[in-house]
Amino acid sequence: MSISLQHISKSFKDVTAVKDISFEVKEGELFGLIGPDGAGKTTIFRILTTLLLADEGTATVANFDVLENYKDIRDNVGYMPGRFSLYQDLTVEENLTFFATIFGTTIEENYDLIKDIYIQIEPFKNRRAGDLSGGMKQKLALSCALIHKPKVLFLDEPTTGVDPVSRKEFWEMLKRLQQKGITILVSTPYMDEAALCDRIALIQDGKILQIDAPKEIVKHYPKSIYNVSANNMYKLIESLNEYQHSYSVYPFGEFIHYTDKRTNFNPEDLRKYLEDKGLKNIIIEPTEATIEDTFMELAK
Amino acid sequence: MKRFIGFIRKEFYHIFRDTRSLFILFGMPIAQVMLFGFAITNEINNVDIAVFDKSKDATTQEIINKIASSKYFSNKQFITNEAEIESVFKKGKIKAVLVFEKDFSQKLIKESVADVQIITDATDPNTANTVNNYISSILQKYGQEINKDIKTPYKIIPESRMVYNPELKSVFMFVPGVMTVILMLVSAMMTSISITREKEMGTMEILLVSPIKPFQVIIGKVFPYIFLSIINAVVIILLSIFIFKMPIEGSLFLLGFESILFIINALSLGILISTMSSTQQTAMMISLMGLMLPVILLSGFIFPIASMPMPLQVISHIIPAKWFIIILKAIMLKGVGLSYIWKETLIILGMTIFYITLSVKKYKIRLE
Amino acid sequence: MKEKNVIQVKDLTKKFGDFTAVNKITFEVKQGEIFGFLGANGAGKTTAMKMLIGISKPTSGEATVANFDVYTHPEDIKKNIGYMSQKFALYDDLTVRENITFFGGIYGLSKTKIKEKAEALISELNLQEVANELVGSLPLGWKQKIAFSVALLHDPKVVFLDEPTGGVDPITRRQFWEMIYKNAHNGTTIFVTTHYMDEAEYCDRVSIMVNGKIEALDTPKKLKEQFNVENMNDVFLKLARG
Repeated sequence: MSISLQHISKSFKDVTAVKDISFEVKEGELFGLIGPDGAGKTTIFRILTTLLLADEGTATVANFDVLENYKDIRDNVGYMPGRFSLYQDLTVEENLTFFATIFGTTIEENYDLIKDIYIQIEPFKNRRAGDLSGGMKQKLALSCALIHKPKVLFLDEPTTGVDPVSRKEFWEMLKRLQQKGITILVSTPYMDEAALCDRIALIQDGKILQIDAPKEIVKHYPKSIYNVSANNMYKLIESLNEYQHSYSVYPFGEFIHYTDKRTNFNPEDLRKYLEDKGLKNIIIEPTEATIEDTFMELAK
Repeated sequence: MKRFIGFIRKEFYHIFRDTRSLFILFGMPIAQVMLFGFAITNEINNVDIAVFDKSKDATTQEIINKIASSKYFSNKQFITNEAEIESVFKKGKIKAVLVFEKDFSQKLIKESVADVQIITDATDPNTANTVNNYISSILQKYGQEINKDIKTPYKIIPESRMVYNPELKSVFMFVPGVMTVILMLVSAMMTSISITREKEMGTMEILLVSPIKPFQVIIGKVFPYIFLSIINAVVIILLSIFIFKMPIEGSLFLLGFESILFIINALSLGILISTMSSTQQTAMMISLMGLMLPVILLSGFIFPIASMPMPLQVISHIIPAKWFIIILKAIMLKGVGLSYIWKETLIILGMTIFYITLSVKKYKIRLE
Repeated sequence: MKEKNVIQVKDLTKKFGDFTAVNKITFEVKQGEIFGFLGANGAGKTTAMKMLIGISKPTSGEATVANFDVYTHPEDIKKNIGYMSQKFALYDDLTVRENITFFGGIYGLSKTKIKEKAEALISELNLQEVANELVGSLPLGWKQKIAFSVALLHDPKVVFLDEPTGGVDPITRRQFWEMIYKNAHNGTTIFVTTHYMDEAEYCDRVSIMVNGKIEALDTPKKLKEQFNVENMNDVFLKLARG
């Protein structure tokens, strides 16, 4: 196992950040921690990167204990914290050189590993890091985290605040790194990114809701979901919430994801009900559960 | 070692790219020395005084001549009754009135004590104080001259500064103070800010999760500032020698050694501050309120410690700047060697060791 | 009623030196509409929005917000709009009630009105128990909901929301959107700037800015059909990658 947590708990004053968390990440796996802000993702990262001590439980990274062998862990992992944490007043190249030096290596030595990523920001290597765009900062931060060829890579919300194009490129880079044998633990508040991981842990309020491959997770959604739409979104939501048989009503973009309490649900009943409420252009069609649906069902 | 050099190189990048701070760093010492040297002075020149001589004998005449002939005072007016004293002050030109008691000369000879009253306009307390001191010292000198066997007739506390600063040049007094303030500021404030900046920017997190050792981070942070502070000290000394013609009586080597000791003391204070604060703003506030003010107010730089109330005198003992100012004055003005200032040196050394130990204890290898 | 334009923009341009941040954008937003204003970092969204809320003067072009001209009546615009951003919404070191009172005061509401509004807001969001607690101690999702309500305190005609639900948990996020739907239904115009494409899916119409220009403007549904993709994210990728 590349990462292993057993019954980890951690509190700050009277707030419990994570509670009895256990999971394992296999070597070479791309594992995602999926959950909103405040779920405890950063605390887990900091415990694994030896920045925080857990109150209870044990954890190992690359077979080193986070407590006893913390120095070994610090030699062997790459870490990209939640916010941009490089020197803004240093140029791209100076940042990279600096991190190479403190890890006792050089850019040339491990250039192969970062080449794909670094080549995209190399034209700007004399620009100060503070003047880079969000996407480029993120690439530079990843290059710096990789420069010493870590066995395990920790990425805490690497795509927060980054536009969709850069986000997509970033995930493509992670896939390529994974093929080079690096274990990656990544966290994100975006449910749509979950599908890109090998396995994910859904996490909320410091507790793990479920761990599985993304496809398996949606398979286990217990109910049939229907996409519902009509001419007036607000009235539709109001009407569905008032409907005596409704189990859950969640807006999903232009549709409402609707589930019914009954097992023998007939969409025509609902259509009639909505028509009586004065709604027009009603569409009711079955749809697939998403990770977000599962998350909300579990968090309920 | 390569890591360490890499780290120091990075620190110099930070320092040299922040042009505004750099300007303050090197502009400030020059500006401060100039300011204190030229503008803020407590020297007096040609102060107008009046005399109310109830005795009008040879002695008082001689004393009046002595005072009036010095370049510090000019006797503008003789007063003939008590009521006039207030009126001359009210006009504002006269800063002091000398009142000789009746039969001054006779009393001096017979009773070996005679009174002269110095009334000063204390609306400007600094000038009043200085005027008072100057006149007293002239009187005292005269007392010694006329009769070496008889006890000095006037109870006067001589200003010790005058002994070693015979020209009464205040800039000589300020140079040690300014040097102390600047070394404290550059060393303590700049290091504490630069360490907390790493925390604030989140880079400390990455440094912690890397093989670089905490003490390497600290030394790496501190090293450039030792270098900058030494440059500053040299600049101040050169300015005072060449612009203000200040003599350095003691050994330059000893001066350098003591300065480096004090710089290290201030740096370790800076590190200590950084372990207590998580933002640059806090670090700056602690440095300013906790260091700068005591250094300026309680170190004897501006206000003599001897004239402070007892509690403040006690507090002044724990301010390293106080001891450093004593050392500087001793080396620069008196030209003494280490044998006279070993006590102060040991105190600063002890404080430094204390700060470093405390910082090491407080320094976190993790985030909490 | 629904057809009235609350925001009207024609050829609006902003230049910084020889760099054109916003290049002749034209669009209008109807009353009660939820309008998504999308774009990558640096595409010009923020600059455009600053012009609309009256804190930055355009270089050329026309724009009116709530019937006030951005050149001549920026102060009137400020009185008639609400603003909420993810970065700053409420003071963490004030209680919920103090925040409401403060922002009500800024918009010149009377004391009785503020009190009335505060009670209504607190009961609507079920905040009775935390009304006197510091905002900083509340979960992010709650803060965002309170911030939105505070932005509506003075009954503005338009509310500008800057990435309102980034990082918020899925359930709270939906409660948030339900609040938006409700207010839009009651006639408040909602202007959402974001680069989170899942937020875009909830809007009635969206515009997508690329390099200072609006490259697409339609309902999410039609945009998805037009580009023949599954979601707004892919619409965006197709547009931005050219």
